[in-house]
Amino acid sequence: MAGLSFEKALERLEEIVENLENSDLDIDKSLKAFEEGVKLSRLCAKKLEEAEKKIELLIKGEKGEFITELFSPPNKEDD
Amino acid sequence: MNNYSIPHAEENSKNPERQVYTVTEITRSIKFSLETEFPLVWIEGEISNLRIPSSGHMYLTIKDEESQIKVVMFRSGKSQLKFEPKDGDQVIVKGKITVYEPRGEYQIVIDCMEPKGIGALQLAFQQLKEKLSREGLFDDELKKTLPLLPQKIGIVTSPTGAAIRDILNIIDRRFPNLHVLIAPVKVQGEGAAQEIAAAVKDLNKIKDVDAIIVGRGGGSIEDLWAFNEEVVARAIFESKIPVVSAVGHEIDFTISDFVSDLRAPTPSAAAELVVRDKNILFKNIATLYKRLLGNIRGTLNESKTELKNLVSRKVLQDPLTPIHERQQRLDEITLRMERAIKSFLQIQKEKNRTNKKHLFLLNPLNKIKQHKVLLREAEKKINSQMNFTLNISRNTLNAAMKRLNSVSPLSVLERGYAICRTYPDEKVLKDSGKVSTGDLVKVQLSKGKLLCNVTGREKEK
Repeated sequence: MAGLSFEKALERLEEIVENLENSDLDIDKSLKAFEEGVKLSRLCAKKLEEAEKKIELLIKGEKGEFITELFSPPNKEDD
Repeated sequence: MNNYSIPHAEENSKNPERQVYTVTEITRSIKFSLETEFPLVWIEGEISNLRIPSSGHMYLTIKDEESQIKVVMFRSGKSQLKFEPKDGDQVIVKGKITVYEPRGEYQIVIDCMEPKGIGALQLAFQQLKEKLSREGLFDDELKKTLPLLPQKIGIVTSPTGAAIRDILNIIDRRFPNLHVLIAPVKVQGEGAAQEIAAAVKDLNKIKDVDAIIVGRGGGSIEDLWAFNEEVVARAIFESKIPVVSAVGHEIDFTISDFVSDLRAPTPSAAAELVVRDKNILFKNIATLYKRLLGNIRGTLNESKTELKNLVSRKVLQDPLTPIHERQQRLDEITLRMERAIKSFLQIQKEKNRTNKKHLFLLNPLNKIKQHKVLLREAEKKINSQMNFTLNISRNTLNAAMKRLNSVSPLSVLERGYAICRTYPDEKVLKDSGKVSTGDLVKVQLSKGKLLCNVTGREKEK
């Protein structure tokens, strides 16, 4: 499940919630679905938090390799 | 001039085999030649005599200092126009020559018109746009979808421009901790297009880039020109990562916009399209979680209530009741059954008795007895009848006998008469003539008989 993309996780979560709301699952299945839903909602929240704030500049090295360096936004406009 | 026209005329009149067309034939021929020769032309000139009747088609003349030509733009083409043409405007039009046969006039049917002045660039733009469109670079079905939650965004723009600042501002507001990778490029001037194209390709080589924004802030058409270059268009088209194009302002359209997976009217808008609002996403998830929770609670509560109801059901509270009820029913049924069998037997007995009676009545001995009685009576009747009849007969007989007796010869004999018969044949003699003297006769008396000898006879007188 951890490998799931945010979209897929959110989609599945919506599907589970709708299933739970619209169909008569037996209690075992409901609990299973609920468990999956909770995991998915945690996963989604985690994915939202996961990204690390980084603004980098892509620079090509002399041998064509990629180097990045932190970027400080410009203060003045010049285009 | 005269040198030309005179021998020409002479030549015509000399030639008896000259070819004569009908008007229609020559018109058709001209039409064919013209339309084949000029299927697509670009013409520049000044608009005059512009009129748009209610049909919506546009009729005008394009002229320069020495010539003019009739032009038609049909409604469908006219709706694509990005400006309002008017008399006196210098324009470039694109179309094909057609001949209107009824009037023998030729005209240009155009599908494209643009104001002159930006002419050369605009022309190049149009031509590239058409070329790439034909190649399918703008096809909707090839457009990639942006991820809902990109983790790493590549931005191809100038690191010092207004665009990058706007984009970073939006991203910061919507999703503070997003990984942004800026590929710095020149966005205008010599070599800008090549840099932009190379940057798009480079970002495709970096791991985990989810979306690319390619763009710059507003400027003149020349400033934006790099985004109309084929090399940029092809780089965007070949990108495996979805590309959002954000060039200039809302009104600026570039080739990049058409070939990209999504056109954003401005760089800020591009950032908004690529980066969702984190708070809204959180709220979404929270809402789903709440629904999930509410739902499972609901399900559990329902189940609990159901269980409670089941437990409190009478069956479980008083398990013997149904057994007692059934026993009672059984007893009732047994009783009914016994009653039924008794009454059945009773009826059978009754029937049996009646049958016996009938049988007795039908016994043949009784009949025989009866018949015997009848027979006896009949016998009696017959006997008495017989006696009666016999008595009558006897009396009759007696009377008859008396009467007989009274007439009997014997009684006559008693009174002294005798019967004389011949002898031996014993025939009664009534005539003395029937015998002769000497014959024997037999005489019967009342008592006894005499055999007599006739000795004499007397004849009656």
